Amino acid sequence: MGRTLAEKIWDSHVVRSAAGEPDLLYVDLHLVHEVTSPQAFDGLRLAQRPVRRPDLTLATEDHNVPTTGITGPGVPLAGPGSPVTDPVSRVQVETLRKNCAEFGVRLYPMGDDGQGIVHVIGPQLGLSQPGMTIVCGDSHTSTHGALGALAFGIGTSEVEHVLATQTLPQLRPKTMAVTVNGALPPGVTAKDLILAVVAMIGTGGGQGHVLEYRGEAVRELSMEGRLTVCNMSIEAGARAGLVAPDDTTFRYLEGKPHAPKGAAWEAALDHWRSLPTDDDATFDREVVLDAGTLSPYVTWGTNPGQALPLDAAVPDPGDLADPGERAAAERALAYMDLAPGTALRDIAVDTVFVGSCTNGRMEDLRAAADVLRGRKVAGGVRVLVVPGSMAVRAQAEEEGLDAVFTEAGAQWRSAGCSMCLGMNPDTLSPGERSASTSNRNFEGRQGKGGRTHLVSPAVAAATAVTGRLTAPADL
Amino acid sequence: MDPFVSHTGRAVPLRRSNVDTDQIIPASYLKRVSRTGFGDGLFAAWREDPGFVLSQPAYAGATILVAGTDFGIGSSREHAVWALADYGFRVVIAPRFGDIFASNATKAGLLPVTLPAGAVAALQDAAEADPAAEITVDLAGRQVSCPAAGGVAVPFEIDDYTRWRLMEGLDDTGLTLRHAGEITEYERRRASWLPVTG
Repeated sequence: MGRTLAEKIWDSHVVRSAAGEPDLLYVDLHLVHEVTSPQAFDGLRLAQRPVRRPDLTLATEDHNVPTTGITGPGVPLAGPGSPVTDPVSRVQVETLRKNCAEFGVRLYPMGDDGQGIVHVIGPQLGLSQPGMTIVCGDSHTSTHGALGALAFGIGTSEVEHVLATQTLPQLRPKTMAVTVNGALPPGVTAKDLILAVVAMIGTGGGQGHVLEYRGEAVRELSMEGRLTVCNMSIEAGARAGLVAPDDTTFRYLEGKPHAPKGAAWEAALDHWRSLPTDDDATFDREVVLDAGTLSPYVTWGTNPGQALPLDAAVPDPGDLADPGERAAAERALAYMDLAPGTALRDIAVDTVFVGSCTNGRMEDLRAAADVLRGRKVAGGVRVLVVPGSMAVRAQAEEEGLDAVFTEAGAQWRSAGCSMCLGMNPDTLSPGERSASTSNRNFEGRQGKGGRTHLVSPAVAAATAVTGRLTAPADL
Repeated sequence: MDPFVSHTGRAVPLRRSNVDTDQIIPASYLKRVSRTGFGDGLFAAWREDPGFVLSQPAYAGATILVAGTDFGIGSSREHAVWALADYGFRVVIAPRFGDIFASNATKAGLLPVTLPAGAVAALQDAAEADPAAEITVDLAGRQVSCPAAGGVAVPFEIDDYTRWRLMEGLDDTGLTLRHAGEITEYERRRASWLPVTG
């Protein structure tokens, strides 16, 4: 009986298996940030426990950090000249620094060349590799599944557990194949693909499952496109999403700072090539999409499953048969201040955000720059372009993308989570409406009272030009 | 963690689906570095509305939240669990939960109970008709009962291990460290080319 990719990774990480207990899984890489770790380190101190494997643990500052005023390594956290003006944010970042120093964990601090969003720096450093188990106190850890790793978000109690034991007790998840046949039409991106998948499965449809994205359209995606797809697995309710490793994966990894070298590379390749799902393996569920039918997608409501093609109109809740769904749609439209039947292209925004662990990598910035090159941002629209890491920022500047953005009238920022989540100075004000390349359009996600439409980087850039939800082909 | 065997209390009917963890506790409340004090931020935006169920004095002191499907989707923030527990909740009942939220809840002694949508609606009806109606959540017997909802007694599923751990009030870390030898043994078998962060 064949096994799926997820099952192979699971089986090779079982430290202990006993009847009536969850499997105890070994964790190959534990990523840490300032928001979900302070109470975990506190727990270690209380129990007088060390971090078992600081060499398998890496920390970065991303959620709280401002994206302006970052002058370089050593930028002060406090006092005059510090970009951090919120004292509570400062305490959280200070706490991470103290904890990392005390427990011997490597940290990329604000301003450092290695700093960035936790899910951007792992793949960029070559630390996220096929067949590994990767966890982080952040639900978008599913991102690393693009490399063929079993990667999932955990809570703070689990963060403490991993710090202390380098393992996690876990019940074996079910498996779901998400098969995307055919080729994506020109102008349709990985982001549109995953928004369509989430709309199809629903926000809870993947609950209890690990997703494996398969099929021609997935195979044809670049590694960065796969990272975008796997990133939003959690928006379909699945803790983890995977793509089988292939030559695209190996080409991406080769030469990265933490990728194996020489004979070790060959040994790793042999292992990685054994990982893809066997032909005779079965999934607990399968959903199938035809990539050829897809077009640019945008969200209209307050959860990521409430998405439609840009060509569509705001739906009428009265058309929904299920009373729960109808009530949710009515509530969403009231919050979003949208009337049923409004063409999605007629929705005006005042803010555009390009960035986040979903769409803050090089290809995303290039896609946005390609649209903005030689064009101007519409009057009254604020556009933030926020690279996912300082390395992405440096590369973009080498390619001259920063000049493209600033000449168009967009703001070019430093790396961080920025406007994805309303924990740092980059937020929407009440009533403001954004087109955002991030992952969640929940009520208040980008700032209290803010309204979010999730889009791809190309749609975000075209929207910046017109001030209304727009695809590049419309320009 | 306090042991959880059985709990009887009044319920708050929250007739909303897809209640994400950003609603349960907005990001601006996540900046504390302790585990306590998060109750103030529970449903912070919604509680500004005097019509919101949790703002109604009749439901003060309730300890069981009865919510719509896909409760706790989104962010992994365990602060959502801490906020519910700090506010006074011991149990959340819903037709389906976000995976990470449900896992976090059992680590912090908050019991997530999955019941069929019909049973959840019956409990919500009972709590709306009479905010003083009591619900008993019996973890030992894996059953939810509510005399006010026509004596409804509905079984629920929970895996044996999690049930045992909650009933004993044990945290996982101490249990896992009993197997430190097996972890060390596993580490000896790991491939030498696997990356380190240093």
